[in-house]
Parts: sequence; structure tokens; C-alpha cells
Amino acid sequence: MAQILLSRKAACNTHGQDSSYFLGLQEYENDPYDPKTNPTGIIQMGLAENQLSFDLLESWLQRHPDAAGLRRFGRVVFRELALFQDYHGLPEFKRVSAGFQQHNVRLQALADLMGDLRDNKIEIDPRKLVLTAGATSANEILMFCLAEPGEAFLIPTPYYPGFDRDLKWRTGAEIVPVHCSSSNGFRITRAALEKAYQGARKRNLSVKGVLVTNPSNPLGTTMSRNELGALVDFVVAKDVHLISDEIYSGTTFDSPRFVSVTEAIEGRAHVSDRVHVVYSLSKDLGLPGFRVGAIYSNNEAVVAAATKMSSFGLVSSQTQYLLSALLSDEEFKGNYTGENQKRIKQRHDRLVQGLGRSGISCLKSNAGLFCWVDMRHLLRSNTLEGEMELWREIVYEVGLNISPGSSCHCDEPGWFRVCFANMSAETLDVAMRRLQDFVASGRARDGDSRQRKKPILGKWMLTLSSSDRRSERGC
Amino acid sequence: MGLHVDDHSNYNVLSRIATSDGHGENSSYFDGWKAYDNDPFHPIDNPKGVIQMGLAENQLCLDLTHQWIKQNPQASICTGEGVSEFKDVANFQDYHGLPDFRKAIARFMGKARGGGAKFDPERIVMSGGATGAQENIAFCLANPGEAFLIPTPYYPGFDRDFRWRTGVQLLPIQCHSFNNFKITEPALVTAYQTAQRSNITVKGILVTNPSNPLGTTLDRETLRTLVSFANEKRIHLVCDEIFSGTVFDRPTYVSVSEIVEEEPYYDRDLIHIVYSLSKDLGVPGFRVGVIYSYNDAVVSCARKMSSFGLVSTQTQHLLASMLGDDDFTTKFLAESRRRLSRRHKVFTAGLHRVGIKCLESNAGLFCWMNLKHLLNEATVEAELELWRVIIKEVKLNMSPGSSFHCSEPGWFRVCFANMDDNTMETALKRIRTFVDRGNDTTAAQAKKKKKWSDGSLRLSLPRRIEELSIMTPRLISPHSPLVQAAT
Repeated sequence: MAQILLSRKAACNTHGQDSSYFLGLQEYENDPYDPKTNPTGIIQMGLAENQLSFDLLESWLQRHPDAAGLRRFGRVVFRELALFQDYHGLPEFKRVSAGFQQHNVRLQALADLMGDLRDNKIEIDPRKLVLTAGATSANEILMFCLAEPGEAFLIPTPYYPGFDRDLKWRTGAEIVPVHCSSSNGFRITRAALEKAYQGARKRNLSVKGVLVTNPSNPLGTTMSRNELGALVDFVVAKDVHLISDEIYSGTTFDSPRFVSVTEAIEGRAHVSDRVHVVYSLSKDLGLPGFRVGAIYSNNEAVVAAATKMSSFGLVSSQTQYLLSALLSDEEFKGNYTGENQKRIKQRHDRLVQGLGRSGISCLKSNAGLFCWVDMRHLLRSNTLEGEMELWREIVYEVGLNISPGSSCHCDEPGWFRVCFANMSAETLDVAMRRLQDFVASGRARDGDSRQRKKPILGKWMLTLSSSDRRSERGC
Repeated sequence: MGLHVDDHSNYNVLSRIATSDGHGENSSYFDGWKAYDNDPFHPIDNPKGVIQMGLAENQLCLDLTHQWIKQNPQASICTGEGVSEFKDVANFQDYHGLPDFRKAIARFMGKARGGGAKFDPERIVMSGGATGAQENIAFCLANPGEAFLIPTPYYPGFDRDFRWRTGVQLLPIQCHSFNNFKITEPALVTAYQTAQRSNITVKGILVTNPSNPLGTTLDRETLRTLVSFANEKRIHLVCDEIFSGTVFDRPTYVSVSEIVEEEPYYDRDLIHIVYSLSKDLGVPGFRVGVIYSYNDAVVSCARKMSSFGLVSTQTQHLLASMLGDDDFTTKFLAESRRRLSRRHKVFTAGLHRVGIKCLESNAGLFCWMNLKHLLNEATVEAELELWRVIIKEVKLNMSPGSSFHCSEPGWFRVCFANMDDNTMETALKRIRTFVDRGNDTTAAQAKKKKKWSDGSLRLSLPRRIEELSIMTPRLISPHSPLVQAAT
């Protein structure tokens, strides 16, 4: 029977899942490492998850039977939770007739956490928060609100591969890269922004805004107050929006301290309406499964529209309830944030040292759940193909799933994102040993062993490069 | 607020999607909720408040679910018995969903439909409630500007869910009371041809079965007509079966999945089901929606799109356990049907006693009430006038048929499953009083009519773009309060 015509969105692959970023994840699924049952399997280093602090959450749960038993002040609240579908988020549980003007406790708890992460220099107003199904949904919603199909957002490279799907797929928006280079630590320069902007104009693309991730994925660096200021100057000059994805704000483990864009615009007139923040509990709290994301904006029209759009992906009331109880516990929050950051730093340092032993360096970073690793010296050729060759070797021969820089749209071949917070310290050590062996054996530049493997790799290379071309063409 | 046409600054202008009223929240359907929000009924604290009868929720069996949760602490990751699963559950973000969850949903779907069809867990795709499912499927099946045909009257939420961000159109298949709003082949053909004449590409048909707002189920013949038509025109058929577990009376429910299994001649690639636990299980807060498609490409695409509205794994985990408990689901579905049947009988009998008839129905959480005889004239304006009176004076929030795009004025959808028995009695009392008062003095009615039209009782029905969504943040959201006697 003839294939029934689906929508163009269904038929094209702007969902971006043919990229090497996702292919690597697939390979891991096929052969996942386990210290006992599969010690030669692939170690997952391509997933920016935070698994370092679950024990803290678990022990809190054990100490708080009320949240566990779905009770509040002794009263059973299951019924209210089951029925609650207000897209403003769970309110305090008071009797309806009390005539209260609800202060939204759930959002308050989240607002408080966000404030803490900004060192309480900014007060986050819960009325300006919109809950969404993860940051994935938050970013898409903002695109729907701010851009028409065909309009563009500027995004500094390298950037999170998921943006190609989240921002473009169903919205029809375009991404125009702002090219950053290793020559200055991949910092965003005014010149690069301007160049990207002019480039978009030449292609007859209307630029609606800039989207940055701060702390950066995949770089793991935070923007300084000055850099943020310059960025805000740019969007004001061009009269466009600024979206700051601050999903990693709680993973800042070293100085300089995290500065949110909300702090950077304090005291600046006529600016707050154009600045929007995205947040999520997936990285800081390590709870990606719960799908808790948020948009924070001073722009009432954006908040209103985004709130309605959140209907397509509200946070489960069961989860809202648990998390607000958790996040309302000041002691827990303080303890958790500090301990979490400590553990991230330790694990980060362990990775950096391990890489160092293999003669591999990273971009100096102070946040995130990954390092931006420099393997340029291991490339056979300073090209995309060279990077993909090295990547395939690392995945298949060394058994480490790391993400090639090209999947993050990095302009310079040879950089890789390596995650460190989603495994035990022992597994990380195993990974580092494997890498050491690999580098030491000189296999990276060994022609013979590669000749042997070539037929398989040749076929793979064809598959990969054709799909890369498809995604560049877009739909 | 935020939209000033005199301000030429670029950044103030949001997208057309954000600034239009395609979200549909300016409909009278939602205005009634606002009235309720401002003055909500409570048996003790606010006995004169507005009773919420515009919300199709199933609150009749929450005690059963609650009981199960208490007896199964291991199903929650927050209890001592269940916290060992916390880490794996909290960390799991695969858009395929927890395997046990998908299995349990597939099994429950079969049972909710009376066991007539089996569902394959591999075809289950999660979504943010049926709301998310409808939008997702629209994105998969149609391009902006293309259309789906939909029988009237239909759930107002579809205008947002199916059309808003997708740019897909919904074109009516007009149904009428003379044949109990049955979907006929001539009506289908007319709708299709009308679209063609306007150069609009029809990509499919969207039906709700059991119907919201009618509360009726489609018979086999109608289902076959729909499937056959879809097959002939090579268009899709999306069946929203969100109320399938609420069928409390004959005729027996027939899901489109049975037709698919019975008739191999029809192309399965055209058939898609939307489902949710919000109505059958009464847990709208948990946001569990399902797309079930017989088309592999659609499953694949929808699954990728589900990234924008996955079900919280905490919830997946709990429900995998609950819905995997066969004993519980069997008892629950049976008891739920029993309670719905009883509530439906009590309510319709109470209405009948005051001369109000409802469309004969065997499913759903509402009645389709005929108030034509109370209209001054057979117009939408008269219907809305009556509606305003019902809210303002009778203090009942029910939904006017025009908000459901009904072709005939005078019908109202009244929900009966979101309150306890005492509140139901109160509602019936108020209706009785209102009707009696109307019967007593037609002169008094004439005076009231004058009063209605002086504007003081007028509730706003903003449809102008400038007054869009910004006016009230609470327009759509019921708190889902405890509407019950305080014992």
C-alpha cells in the first residue's frame, strides 16, 4: 500500500535524531557497560545527567512521610492532586471558600530555588514563572511565542544538539550560528554576533533574538557580568529578544560565580520585556524523568501566551506536590546545593586529571556536568572526517560514548564533550584507563589497524555523512 | 499589555500564534468557569455560590484509587517501601516510557473498551494529556492550512489543541437533533466537498467516541461509514476515545480498534486513537495522554514529538503498578460505570420532573440538555442570554451549545460527575426553582428579558484580538475543588 502522506514535519528529519549525538546514544544502548555483567561494554559519557546526589534526595524522602503519604498538615491530598490541572501550578491547599488570593506555593518553592541559585541577588516572582514539561518544552514554547516560521534566532556555537529539534522542528524557526572559536576560549564576541546578524540579513532572514546557554553546554563555562552586559547591549541595539537557558545554573562548582542574565539587567530600563530565562530541575537536581521545566519572563504577554501553551505539557501534579515539599525545606536545599556542587567539582577534577594523564587537555570550566575536551592533536586530519574517524574509534574500539564537537555545531574539528556526572567514580577510572591505553598505543594514528577495520567504517561513514548533509539541507 | 500597535519597536511584537486568539480561551465555554472561579459553591462556606457543572471531570471513584494507593506504598517512590526505585525512576527520560507503564496502559485500554480489542504496548506513545496528544497527532498528519473534518457539536478545546500552533483547520460536519446528531454519510460528503470547493486539502476526520458533549457512542454502522470514507478518500481517521471507560449503559461500546481488527480490507495506516486517563481514571492532574496509531511512521514521529510533553516518570511508575493490578482495574471500571449510571439516572430524572429533556445517552460525564423551549427565540444570542441568566441567577455553570459549535441554539452541556450527591440535589433544586418561576409568570419573564439586555448582567465575551488572553489568568483553570459536603 502506498505510504500515506504525513505532514512535512513528520516526513523530514529536522527532529535531528540522525545526528551523531543520538547515534552514539544508540550504540551505547546496544552494548551498555556494566562492571560485572558487561565490563567491555560502552561507557556512557554522552549524556549530561547528574547522578551524583540521589542519596540526598532519597534520605529526605525517607525522613518526610507526609510528602510520601500524600498528606499535608495531616490531611490527605490525593484527591486534589489527582484533579488538579490548573496551568498556573498547584496553589496552597486551603479551603476554597476562604476567599484567599492564592499565593502559589508550588511555584513559590521553585521561585525560591531559582533565587537561591542566583545568590538571592534577584527575587524571582512566581507570577512570572510558567511551568513546562522540561526545558525541552520551555524552549519550544518560547520559539512559538517569539518567532514566526522562517524567522531566526542567533545561537553561539558550539551548542546543545537538541536545540535543532527543540527550537526548529515544529515551530519552523531557523537557527543562525554565532561562530565562536578556541582562540579566545569560545567566548561570544560582539564581532561574532554582528557577523551572524548580518549573515542572516543577507539570507533575508528576520532575526528575532539571541539564545544563549549559561552556563554553557557543551563548554561548561559561565558568562561574566561584562559579557552578559555586552550581550544585552546587542539585543537592545538590534531590538530583539534574549533567551537565556540557565538549566545548568545549579551545577556551578567553581569560581567565577554564576551570574544570571536577570542580575545583569537589573537597573537597566526598557530591557526586561525582552529577556526570558529557561530553567529546569533535570540537571541541578538530577530529575530528568520528572519533566519539570520553567520559563521566567518579565514580559506579561509572553507569560500569558506561554502559560496557555503549557497546556500541551503540564507538570504532573503528583510531581509538583513532591517537589514543592522538597524545595520548601530550606535546610535540605542549602545542604543539597552545597554538597551537589562539591561532588560535581570532585568528579570534574577526577576527569580532568584522568585526561591529563593521557596528555589530553580540556577547556577550563567552572560549571556543567561535562568537560569540553581538546583532542585535536589526535586527529589524523584536521577535518570533519578526521573528527568522525576519531569519534568512531573512541566509541567502538575504546568503548566510550562521547559527543563529537561537530554534533554541537563546533567549527573546529577535534573537540569532544565528555560527561562525568552520570557514572560512579570507579567507572570513570575505567574510562580513563581505556583512554590512556588507546593514546599510549598510538592507535589513533596507527594506519594498519585502521586498514583492517575500514570496510565497516567505510560503510558507516557513508551513512553518517549523507544524514549530516540531509540535516544541513533542512526541511 | 504587551501589544501596542503604536509602538513600532520590533521586540514588542510577539508571533502571530502568541497574539491571536487561536488558543480559543475567549469562548463562552471558559467564561463560565470564570464566573465559577469568582464565586465558587461550597455547601457550608458559600452555599449560594455558583455550582460547577461545566467541567467534565470524573470525581465519583477517587476513593477507590486513593484506597489502592494507601494499600500499595511500594508503587510510590516517596515511601519507605518504594524509595529504592527513586533513582532509576527519576533518571529515566526515554520517550518510549517505562516498559511496565506502556504494558499497563495497553492492557487498561483494552479493558476500558470492554475487552473488544487488544492493544500493542509498542504502539503506545505518551503525551501531555489528551490535549498534548491531539496537538501532536495534528502536527504529524497535516500541514498548516490543511483541514480535518469534525462532527458538530464538539469539544471547544479542539479549536486550541488541534489548530492553534499547528495551523491546521477544523471544518464542521453538521449534525442535527432530528436524528439525534448522528453522523451521516451525506453530511460527511457535504463537508468534504465544501472544503474541496474552497481549495482546502482535507487530511482527515476527527471524531470523539463516546461523544463530548452528546454522551452517545457511535454504532458499528457509523464507524464503518467513517472508516470506509477515510479509506476511499485516502484521509486519516483520528478517534478520541477519552471517555471510552465511562460507558455505563447499552448499547455496548465499539472502539474503532475493533473495526480495524474486523476489517482487514481497510488501510490501518489511516487509523489513530487518542486516549487519556483523565476521564476514565479521574486523574487529569497526572497528565497522562496516549496516542495509539496503527501507522508505524506516525508512531515513530509522534514518539519523537512526545519529547515536548512526556509523562512524569514518577507518575508512570505509580500507574504502571496500579493499572497492572488486574483485580483493581476490573473492580474499578465496573464500580465506576455503576456509579456513573446511577448519577446519570438521578440527574436526568430530576430534570425530567421539571420538563427538561436530555439527549438519550449511555456514556460520558455529562448530559446534553434541551432548553430550546426556554429560549425567547431560536438564536445564538437568545441562547447566550439564557446562559447568562443561568449563571447569574440560577448560579449554575453549564456550557452553552454554541460554544460547542452546535448548529441549533438551545442545547446545553451539563456535567454531573464532578460533585457529590448533596451538591447534585442542590443543583436540581435550583433548576426546579428556576423553571417553576418561569412557568408562574411569563410577564415576569418579559421583565427579566428587559433586565438582561440592559447590560448590567452581561458577562464579557471578548472576541476581539486586543482583549485576548491577557485579561484573566484564571480563565481556563478550575481548581478542581472539593465540591462535597463537609463531613
